Amino acid sequence: MAYSDKVVDHYNSPRNVGSFKKEEDNVGTGLVGAPECGDVMKLQIKVEDNRIVDAKFKTFGCGSAIASSSLATEWVKGKSIDEALTIKNTDIVEELSLPPVKIHCSVLAEDAIRSAIKDYKDRRTENTAE
Amino acid sequence: MKLPIYLDYQATTPVDPRVVEEMLPFFTETFGNSASRNHAFGWKAEEAVAKAREQIASIIGASGKEIVFTSGATESDNLAIHGVAEFYKEKGNHIITTGIEHKAVLDTCHYLEQKGCEVTYLDVDKHGCIDLQQLTDAITDKTILVTLMAANNEIGTIHPLKEIGEITRSKGVFFHCDATQGVGKIPIDVNEMNIDLLSMSAHKIYGPKGIGALYVRRRKPRVRLSPIMYGGGHERGMRSGTLNVSGVVGFGKALEISQTEMDSESERLINLRERLHQKLTEQLDYVFLNGHPTKRLPGNLNLSFAYVEGESLIMGISEIAVSSGSACTSASLEPSYVLRALGVGDDLAHSSIRFGLGRFTTVEEIDYTADKVAGAVSRLREMSPLYEMVKEGVDLSSVSWTSH
Repeated sequence: MAYSDKVVDHYNSPRNVGSFKKEEDNVGTGLVGAPECGDVMKLQIKVEDNRIVDAKFKTFGCGSAIASSSLATEWVKGKSIDEALTIKNTDIVEELSLPPVKIHCSVLAEDAIRSAIKDYKDRRTENTAE
Repeated sequence: MKLPIYLDYQATTPVDPRVVEEMLPFFTETFGNSASRNHAFGWKAEEAVAKAREQIASIIGASGKEIVFTSGATESDNLAIHGVAEFYKEKGNHIITTGIEHKAVLDTCHYLEQKGCEVTYLDVDKHGCIDLQQLTDAITDKTILVTLMAANNEIGTIHPLKEIGEITRSKGVFFHCDATQGVGKIPIDVNEMNIDLLSMSAHKIYGPKGIGALYVRRRKPRVRLSPIMYGGGHERGMRSGTLNVSGVVGFGKALEISQTEMDSESERLINLRERLHQKLTEQLDYVFLNGHPTKRLPGNLNLSFAYVEGESLIMGISEIAVSSGSACTSASLEPSYVLRALGVGDDLAHSSIRFGLGRFTTVEEIDYTADKVAGAVSRLREMSPLYEMVKEGVDLSSVSWTSH
């Protein structure tokens, strides 16, 4: 399968690989996918004043999955939480020129963003309740 | 050393220059149709075909009259299984095989199941080996054929052909062996092993693509087949169609070379294979061997690099040509059915890489490959959430994953 230049670029120089401490108050962690399905993404956001100031990812998956999550971290950085929620998997498909068989990678990346934001919000609610 | 490096010798092989040389005259000077009985062009072509037929037959312990040329092993498998099922349908309708056979066998069996045949799929253990007792017990008075491969194309495991042949012969059941990965690589003798039908292919043994053969036993017992192609009645009516004379000549030469060099080549390939395996396990943790540790094809090394997905690894070693059992490398989105049948988890199946070593593989290439693969695996594990979790002591099976 031939990869688009952008997928190859993200694969060779992935942006924002790494991890934040999950326990930190302003960190939200999304872990989506399953090892048996061949892809797992962990996407983390660091939030200040309702704005995503930093993001990190780690991905087990094919080149397109790595590229989708790498791109997702680039895109969420600097966005408000509400803005980040408007990122659609179709935007990722378009940006990376993903073929039909790789669309699920973009879906997973969108899920990872949502899941990280949900985790951040849930933990804030818990903390406020305390 | 030239890049890219070819390590996919179980997929196909380059044609050996000695084979090319042998074939060349048959495209231009000696171009006749071997079925033309009334002129020298035909006679010369027929003479070359007869020679190749004898070459191939003698190597597997058969006679020339028992060799039916086909377009390749897929056709040979189809002809053997269809042919027996159709011809012997009054006698029985039961076929025995395993779940790790090549698709040419499995899909033919699936088709016959729809047409009323019963198929038993024997279990294989974690190495891909069958249980001979289970085979014995599976044979009934309705059984007409046992079809088992000589060596598995993905994991390299070699079946005990002699023991299988003893069982099928004593029970009076035909034994078809798909020896696509076996002939020219491991010793095969149809009499010693009581094989009744044997599928072969030239392009796996440094011959040309598009030519193969089916050995069909003529005596003790005689096997009869219904053809799957109709026409001029070539190949004793079992396979109509003008013979691919240059291909036949190349096939004969290719098998002759492989057979002559088998002992020294096996030893060389086993050394290279073990060298690659050792170098990788020295540099990496969580590397698992798929297939049998010793009863395997000399040139096959199938490894799972846990916590790294196969396609992403292949992308990271783009100057090395290998194949993967990962779903992402196939159209089906399912990981390797062979690894699945062995009980290898889907997670490790997604992480598998098949290194296929062959005649032109060098020590230098193996050392280069080991370093490149180790580097790529390490880099990908740095960005693998699974590797991170395992290193933190998380039991991955305790995580509730969101399957999609």
